[in-house]
Amino acid sequence: MNPIRINTTITLLLLSAATMAGSIVVQPGGQIKSIRQAIAIALPGDTIIVKPGIYREGNIIVDKTLVLLGESKPEIDGEYKTEVFTVAARHVTIAGFKIVNSGTSSMKDLAGIGALQADFLTIRKNEFINTFFGVHLSNSGFSVIEDNVFQAAVRNEYETGNGIHLWQCSQAIIRKNTIRGHRDGIYFEFVTQSVIEGNLSEHNLRYGLHFMFSHDDEYHNNIFRENGAGVAVMYTRNVKMTYNVFEKNWGNSVYGLLLKDISDSQVLNNRFIQNTIAIYMEGTSRTEFTGNLFSENGWAIKLQASCDANTFTGNNFKRNTFDFATNGTLVLNTINRNYWDKYQGYDLNRDGIGDVPHRPVNMYTMIVERIPTAVLLWRSFLVYLLDRAEKVFPAVTPENLKDDYPSMKPYDLNTTT
Amino acid sequence: MISIQQLKKKFGKLWALDGVSVEFASGKSYALIGPNGSGKTTLIKSVLGMVIPTSGNIVVDGEIIKHHWHYREKIGYMPQIGRYPDNMRIGQLFDMMRNIRNNPPLVDDELIESFRLDRMFDKRMHTLSGGTRQKVSAALAFLFHAPILFLDEPTAGLDPVSVEILKEKILKEKEAGKLLIITSHIMSDLDELSTEVVYLQEGHVRYNNSVEELKDITSEQKLGKAMAKLIRGLEEKHVDVKITTNE
Amino acid sequence: MVRIVKYVFYDILRTRFIMLYTLFLLLCTVAMFQLDTDTGKVILSLMNIVLMVVPLVSIVFSTIHFYNSYEFIELMLSQPVNRRVIFLSEYFAVAISLCFAFTAGVGLPMVLYGADASGFTLLYSGIMLTLVFVSLAFLSSVLTRDKAKAIGVALLFWFYFSLIYDGLLMWIIYTFMDYPLEKATLALISLNPVDLARILMLLQLDISALMGYTGAFYKEFFGSSRGLIFSSVVLALWITLPVWGATRIFSRKDL
Repeated sequence: MNPIRINTTITLLLLSAATMAGSIVVQPGGQIKSIRQAIAIALPGDTIIVKPGIYREGNIIVDKTLVLLGESKPEIDGEYKTEVFTVAARHVTIAGFKIVNSGTSSMKDLAGIGALQADFLTIRKNEFINTFFGVHLSNSGFSVIEDNVFQAAVRNEYETGNGIHLWQCSQAIIRKNTIRGHRDGIYFEFVTQSVIEGNLSEHNLRYGLHFMFSHDDEYHNNIFRENGAGVAVMYTRNVKMTYNVFEKNWGNSVYGLLLKDISDSQVLNNRFIQNTIAIYMEGTSRTEFTGNLFSENGWAIKLQASCDANTFTGNNFKRNTFDFATNGTLVLNTINRNYWDKYQGYDLNRDGIGDVPHRPVNMYTMIVERIPTAVLLWRSFLVYLLDRAEKVFPAVTPENLKDDYPSMKPYDLNTTT
Repeated sequence: MISIQQLKKKFGKLWALDGVSVEFASGKSYALIGPNGSGKTTLIKSVLGMVIPTSGNIVVDGEIIKHHWHYREKIGYMPQIGRYPDNMRIGQLFDMMRNIRNNPPLVDDELIESFRLDRMFDKRMHTLSGGTRQKVSAALAFLFHAPILFLDEPTAGLDPVSVEILKEKILKEKEAGKLLIITSHIMSDLDELSTEVVYLQEGHVRYNNSVEELKDITSEQKLGKAMAKLIRGLEEKHVDVKITTNE
Repeated sequence: MVRIVKYVFYDILRTRFIMLYTLFLLLCTVAMFQLDTDTGKVILSLMNIVLMVVPLVSIVFSTIHFYNSYEFIELMLSQPVNRRVIFLSEYFAVAISLCFAFTAGVGLPMVLYGADASGFTLLYSGIMLTLVFVSLAFLSSVLTRDKAKAIGVALLFWFYFSLIYDGLLMWIIYTFMDYPLEKATLALISLNPVDLARILMLLQLDISALMGYTGAFYKEFFGSSRGLIFSSVVLALWITLPVWGATRIFSRKDL
């Protein structure tokens, strides 16, 4: 946390320094008509103020430490040909623009704002409309991306890039952005010690958040809703995921949260609501799941046999079609003290803990796992009879997957802070 | 009034009616006679529309009755065994029947009074004796001044006093010019009540003429004996004495 | 027709069965709401009643009632009343009484305790299933003259639609699991009103799981109002076709 805080302070200081420097006004019909021209004559530390209007200047390269401020959202149009802004300097700020129609390319990752080795970049309060990539940062540290809106016209997955794309970055802050219609809402690859918070990522074609090889990061208070494939966190260790909402990620192999080869992480106080699969876990180890709400999901948790030493404690499972599914019979994870609305046991000593263990794996889950079509018979009398029979003579469901201390009442979870 | 033309009805493999043609005219009273299973009830039920004929036509008052039901306003029917909703009271039953016929202002409640049914309007149908049910059936049949009356075994199960009351009523209606079609096993009753005889056997009309004529050709004084003679004659001599007035 | 419906109605009310049925449903529903604070769980338990008990009661009661009304029907037939009107009056009176019992028994407490969309779907399914099974009962009643046989046929209908059919469906799904079965299974489900009502409920309670089912066809079907419209239309067919057939048979039947 500390390095990030310092980073922010430094940026703010520099910003105020920049405003004290000279400023250049760009205006259609004014003395300086183009941003390119302004950049060419500006000195490092200057502020360029861009008046309302439409600017079609092709690729604008920011190669000096500058503050670019748009007044009343001037529109910068890439005319579907080029990257709009390319930042190649440190301590650059771009704020208050409407950046539209970047070029698309299958060879280059053209973006609304692209940056390579541009530390301390600040991107604030811009609108990105129909950009291929929204923000594309590589090899940059200490960047702040906040209060932006990204809206791509929904085409297919290959015609649109990611909303916020970071590659090989560190100590970034991504805050309060809204991202819609991109391939991945937020994409992290080799990004470390960064924070993603308060963003809304919805209706993206693939993942709301795509996370790979990015250690020691945290994301919290984000909303990931109705994305093509949900959220994927892969090949990573030490990630903290708290107070997020994963909602209505619907479809075949669509996950509220896909965890693949994750270790030593935390999933706390999140809400998983109406996802086809709330959490799908593969190769996940030593990860803690506590205080989460799983409600109205198709499957709350699908646990592959490759997971071990994870703990599930103090979560609420309500109105999910299936609470737990697993493909193995040997379970090396701890499941304790959760609330299961399907629990049918009793509490004679009235200590709030059920007296008999709860087995969250429903027998019909195993059948649906093999034959997906069979889900159409769910809740039929036939399935009810099969389920009863299985409860009396367990044959299919794993013997040791059980919650020994099921809570009789749902926990009063704090998932909104 | 009623014209039945080549009426056939098959139940399974059995022809209950096998080409019956007969005319019933207003102002006359017909005794419909025949052994058990000869098709009497089937014939009546066909006219009432309760049995759907296999082929042939039934014309009531100039209208072919197939798929129609309005003509039933002209018919009063007293079934052999009256079956009524168990839980209904007698009074409710009469109310309902009136209601279904749109509450006609002038009803013939003579029999209700003479059978003293109005005193037991509160009784439920399932508590009634067979005789009382018959009284209810009779009262219902005459209730709406229907110009055609079908009476299926009207006197069966009635006490002697009630039989006389009913007979009087039947004769009165006959005098009033109504068409009566009566089946009964009691020949003396028919002798009193009817002017014509229709004899059915195995789904065929074997005899159809006036009672007078029948008594004449058999030279018998009583309908019962005349019928017995006729039937014997039909069986032994195998003569086709199918004499009909209308053909 | 209204007049006759009214009389059949009186007759049904006098048997007290409808009252007991209403009371039974009322007690069950209230007890469930009392025992459980989670409306979703109550809806689930009620769903079993709707899918099992409602069809059974509807079909058995209707069949018995039809045979008990034979006298009434005979009486009406000798009167100037249309046969179809008599038959349909019987149908409407029975259907309305049973629907009333269900709505009062399940719907009333549901509204009092607060119901969401799934509650209303449940009510809707229950009413539709009541109508379907009354229709089937009337069909089985005109198919045979014998009361015991007709009740047997009615029970068979119920058993078939509640259990046997799903068994066959499961077998088909299992046998042809390697083939794309989407449209076929949907067609097969349409052939069973109980399954259709169940799918309507699944659309409310398990939409997230259904969306995981492979295939764009199902996603489109379940994700939009299409599912509701489709199943409503098919259920309406399940109501009207048996009654229509039964009316045809009845208007040609000898009594």
